[in-house]
Parts: sequence; C-alpha cells; structure tokens
Amino acid sequence: MKNLLELHSVKKYFATQKAVDDISFEIKQGDIFGLLGPNGAGKTTLLRMITGIFYPDSGQILFDGKPFDPINHANQIGYMPEERGLYKKMKIGEQVLYLARLKGMSRADAMEEIKKWFIKLEMDSWWNKKVEDLSKGMSQKLQFVTTVVHRPKLIILDEPFSGLDPVNANLIKDEIFALANNGSTILFSTHRMEQVEEICNQIVLVNQGKKILDGTVREVKQQFKKNMYRLGAIIPSSIHSDGLFEIISRHADEIMLKLAPEQTPNAVLAHCIQQGLQIQSFNEVLPSLNDIFLQLVEESGPTRKFQSI
Amino acid sequence: MNKILLVIGREYTTRVQKKSFLMTTLLVPIVIIGFYAAIIAIAISGSDEKQRIAVLDQSHLFDSSLLKNNEEISFTMIEKENPVAFIKKYKKLGYQAFLHIDHTGKADSLEFILHSEAAASLQTMNTIEKNINDALRKKTLLANGIDPKAFDKIDQMVKVQNLLESKEGAKKSVAGISYAVSFGCGILIYMMMIVYGTQVMRGVTEEKTNRIAEVVVSSVKPFQLMMGKIIGIGAVGLTQFLIWLVLILGMQMAIPVLFPDLLQQINQAGVQSEENMTMAATVLQGMSALPIGKIVFFFLFYFLGGYLTYASLFAAVGSVVSEDQQEAQQLVFPILMPIIVGFVIMTKAINDPDSSLAVFGSIFPLTSPIVMMGRITYQIPLGQLALSMILLVGSFLFFTWLTGKIYRIGILMYGKKPSWKEMIKWAFSK
Repeated sequence: MKNLLELHSVKKYFATQKAVDDISFEIKQGDIFGLLGPNGAGKTTLLRMITGIFYPDSGQILFDGKPFDPINHANQIGYMPEERGLYKKMKIGEQVLYLARLKGMSRADAMEEIKKWFIKLEMDSWWNKKVEDLSKGMSQKLQFVTTVVHRPKLIILDEPFSGLDPVNANLIKDEIFALANNGSTILFSTHRMEQVEEICNQIVLVNQGKKILDGTVREVKQQFKKNMYRLGAIIPSSIHSDGLFEIISRHADEIMLKLAPEQTPNAVLAHCIQQGLQIQSFNEVLPSLNDIFLQLVEESGPTRKFQSI
Repeated sequence: MNKILLVIGREYTTRVQKKSFLMTTLLVPIVIIGFYAAIIAIAISGSDEKQRIAVLDQSHLFDSSLLKNNEEISFTMIEKENPVAFIKKYKKLGYQAFLHIDHTGKADSLEFILHSEAAASLQTMNTIEKNINDALRKKTLLANGIDPKAFDKIDQMVKVQNLLESKEGAKKSVAGISYAVSFGCGILIYMMMIVYGTQVMRGVTEEKTNRIAEVVVSSVKPFQLMMGKIIGIGAVGLTQFLIWLVLILGMQMAIPVLFPDLLQQINQAGVQSEENMTMAATVLQGMSALPIGKIVFFFLFYFLGGYLTYASLFAAVGSVVSEDQQEAQQLVFPILMPIIVGFVIMTKAINDPDSSLAVFGSIFPLTSPIVMMGRITYQIPLGQLALSMILLVGSFLFFTWLTGKIYRIGILMYGKKPSWKEMIKWAFSK
C-alpha cells in the first residue's frame, strides 16, 4: 500500500515552546495509526498542522503523494478534536448537514449519507433535537458522525472514546475497523494505551515535540521485551535455576521468570522437565505498551519546561 | 467561495428563524410608536367629562358674557360668597375647580388663582388663560376706544415659508422634519452598530468556547468563517430594516383607510389641536420635501460601512476572550468609545452641520457613519462626501485585514487573555 500521509522534518515553534521539533513519519493507506504521547507532547499541534489549521514553520507534509494544501485536501480529511465542538442551539440534522456541506458535499449527497449513518448508529430520531438536549455520550456519537460523514480519506480522531460507555465505545470501535477495511486511513491520537494495543497496527510516540518511537505494535513490543516468561506448574520451593533464569515472582501454581542472557526457552523447559515438574503452560510475557510508554517518557523527561528559542 | 456562502447562510438562517428575531423586529417599532402615540394622546386629550368651573370675581372685571364656554369647560359666575368659605364647598356644589379673581393690592394689578383638588390639565389651564387674556384685552381695547376687530387686523402674525428650489420645482422645507429624520437615522445606525456588533462578538466567543471553531476551521479558512459571520449578521440587520420599511409604507397606506375620520377628529379637538392639525399637514409636506432616495442610499451605505468596520473589531475581541464576560467588557470599551463620541458629535452636527467639528466627525471613518446622518438632509460638499466614503471603505478593508489575523490566532487560543502587546504582535505577524 502506498503512503497516504508523509511528514518530513516538520517543525513548529511557538514563543515559549518547541511544540513540534523535527518529526517525520509515514502512514500507509488503510492503516490505523496511533499517535501517542503524554499531555503537552505536541500531539494537538501536529494534528492541527495535518488538518491545515496551522502551517509548519519548516518541513514538508505530503498528502496522497502531493504537498499538503488545505484548500484542496481539507475536504478529504475528517477531524475530531479532543475538545468536542458543536453548535449547542442548532438542530442536529441541520448541524451535520452544514458541516458536511462545508466539506464540499452536495446537499443531496450529504442528506443520503447522514441518514445512513443516523440509522446505523441508532440516531435517526434525533434529527430535530438540539445538541444541548443530548447527553455527553450522545454528542460524542454525533461528533463522530460529523467527522466521517463526508467519506474522508484520512480520519483524525483525538481521544475518540472519552466519555463513551463500553457499549457505545464498542459501537464506535467497530465503525473504525469497518472504515479502515473500506480503505480509509485512521490517525488516532490518545494516551490510553490499552485502546492502542487493541486498535492500532502502527504507532508513533512523541514527547516534548520529538519522536521517540516508531513502528508496528508487534515490532515495538519485541524491541522492548525483557525475556520474561510465565511458567505454569506446581513448583517446589527448592527449585534450582542452575543459572538459566531468575525467578521474578512466585505464586502457588506459577512463576514469573527472566531468562539469563544467551539462554533459550528450550533450555529452560528441558531443565524444568528434568527436575520432574509437571508443566501446564509456558508463555512469553511481552511488555504492555503502557510500560513501554512510561519507561520512554520517564527517560526523555516527563514534563515540559518553558524554554526560550 | 462556496464555503463562505454556506457560513453566511447558517449565520443568517439560524438568526432569522429564531422567534426572538420576529419579536424584536415587530415589537421595537410598536413599542416606540406606541410610546409616542401615548404621549401625544395624553397631551392633546383633556379630561373626558366637562369641567365646571366656578368663578368668583371680586375685582368685578368680568361678566358672564366675557368668559366663553366651550365643549370642555363651562364657567359659572358666582356672587356673594366668601372665597375662603367657598373653597370648602365648591366640590359639593358640583364644580371641579374654583377660579378666584381679586386685586393684589397694587393698582391695576390682579391675581388669578385656580383652586382644585387634582392638578388641572395643561388643556384646562390653557383654555382658562386664553379666556382671561382675551377678556382682558377686549375690555382694555373698549376702554381705550379701539374697535377690537380693527385691532385683530393689526395683530396679524406672519408665517414665512421656506421653498427649496430644485429641478423638480419648489418644495416646502420644514426644519423640524429634517432635524427629526437626521436624528432618527443617526440613532438607528448608532443602535444597530452596537446591537449587531455585539452579536458578532458573542457569536465568535460562542464558537470559540464551544470548540466548534476548531472543527470548522479544519474545513474553511478562519478568515472565511469570520467574514461569513459578519456578512450573515449584517444581512440580518438589513432584513430588519426591510421589514420596518415595509411596515412603515403599509401603515402610511393603511391609516387613512382604517381611520378615515382621524384627521377630522384632530381638527375638531379644539383650540390646541388646531395646531396639531397643521402639524400633521406640515409633517407630510416636510417629508415630501426631503430627498428620500438620497437619504435611503446614504443611510444604507453608512450603516453597512460602519457595521462592517466595527464588526471586524468586535469579532477580534470575541476571538481573544474566553468564558469570562468581564474580559469582554474591558476589551469592548475602547471600541464603544468612538461610537459614543460619534453619537455626541452627531447631535451637535444636526444643529450646526457646517461646523468644523461636524465636518471632521463626518469624515473620520470611526465616527462618520453616525455623524454623517446628522448632516444628511443638508447640502454636503461633494468633496467631503467622497472623502468620507472612501475613508470608510478603506478603514473597513484595513480593519478586516488587521483583525482577521488576530481572529485567526485568537479562536484557537485558550486560557489566559492575551495582552494588547501580544494582540498587536499577532495583527502584524505574517
């Protein structure tokens, strides 16, 4: 698949912050891409540059192979900002229609698409309601519809699940997968790691305006694994590790062990079988993204300081 | 371009569809007209029932033939009563008031005192005074051997008519009407600029605090959003004018049909109303003498020019404040200042349209929309008019360019209100 979006050494400096400091990455078409980072890492600034709200100070953004140009490309992007925004006093149907037409849809086309989404997300009775009548979760769903109704090639979702109950969160999650299957590219910004592991296949981690990690979820986990294994068996307290591994924690019927350098799981298993253990399970334990995130952010300095440029 | 039309459409329809729009559009003129109608009605109408007034003339100047009765007041001469005692009983005898005429003690000097429980109406006082004055004059004339009819001929008042010569022929000018039209136009522009300017500011702040601005500016340029809002709200203002214009024209046609005897009534209402009758006629004459087409054109031009210039300033203020309304008030004050100054100069300009203050005020673009209305019924030198219009259009373009940049940054900034220094920096950033 070709790259839908490419960022090359993009920089944006504000008066007291290097908000985005030389960031490059690519997103393939049809990918679900996670942009991660702690608060204030520069995610929103980065997203605002990708949506054309800000211009980068330097560097280049390519959209669909061409230099990014807000006038031509804005219609192909759907952006759901972290802080939800809708006109409170406007009727819901008119509101979605207005936002869809601002993205260049014709009235008839927009109406058809809106009705489809409203039925799919069980919102068809809402048309004449106002946003101020909706609960937080309901307006969240509405915001999602306004983001995707114009069939954008790139859908940017900033914390799309905040405020949603598990049922509605699943509903939206399924829609995100369906959109990606149909060829839309999804750029997903969050600091909720369990959602990233579940949804994204590619991630970038930024902190203090710099990229500190890039790759698929699988690659990243492999990169940060610590050779930890979980062994399920009734283990006598007298077990002898013979320098092959180190026991990290011990429960009644399982132990967590860490392989000594240069050792293989096979050697450990052989050793244990030899000692007469009844082995029930043996799994590699990969670090969670959360652990990796915490470790990396810690290493690169967790909070921003005001700096002069 | 298509997108700015969508923004204009939204701003316009959401406002015009509101019930409050229709209410204010219809109620404001009704309240204003009703208010003036009530004042005039109270002023010209006396009390409903006929006033009976007892007259005790201790100077023996009058007899009943000298005091004329009319539909509202009848005078009854009483004699042989003690004035102090009569004050206590005139009410019981069915009189509403008691007029006591007596010598003051000085030679040839009289005093007239009207005793009543409630304050006598202006009409009653006028009728009594006119009666007494006429009676006194007649008596004096006769005493000096002058025929009262001959004196009336001598005592004629001359009225001068001011004819305006133009290509369509001479028209009667009425100074009071020009004054009223100028003042009305000026006050209307003053109010509309503040009302609609504030609406622009509120709209911008609402979009910012609702965070919808971020969604919309990912579809349209911030400048398009700002201009769409300003133009949409301006169109609401024009719609309001249009409705008022239709109402006024409709009323002008409807009144003679609905109340055919209105003028007649006014005519019959008595001494005072005779003046009202001529006033009604002079209003009509005065209106027809005014260059209506010219006034409407300049009114619309200066309303639009003034509104557009100030709306962009209001939009910039709306974009830099957040929830805190007090911040908005602080920032709005410097914008309201020139509008208020313009209003003050306008009231002066009506009386003295060629004074240097009036000329300056009607050329300086921040006050010209209001001040020019004060001079609009007079002949304004073409050069001044052209300069004023060019400066107004120029200042609109300049302020829109300048504030567009403040707006662009302001709507996405949250938290602390920026300082003036920061805003100026934004305005002149690339």
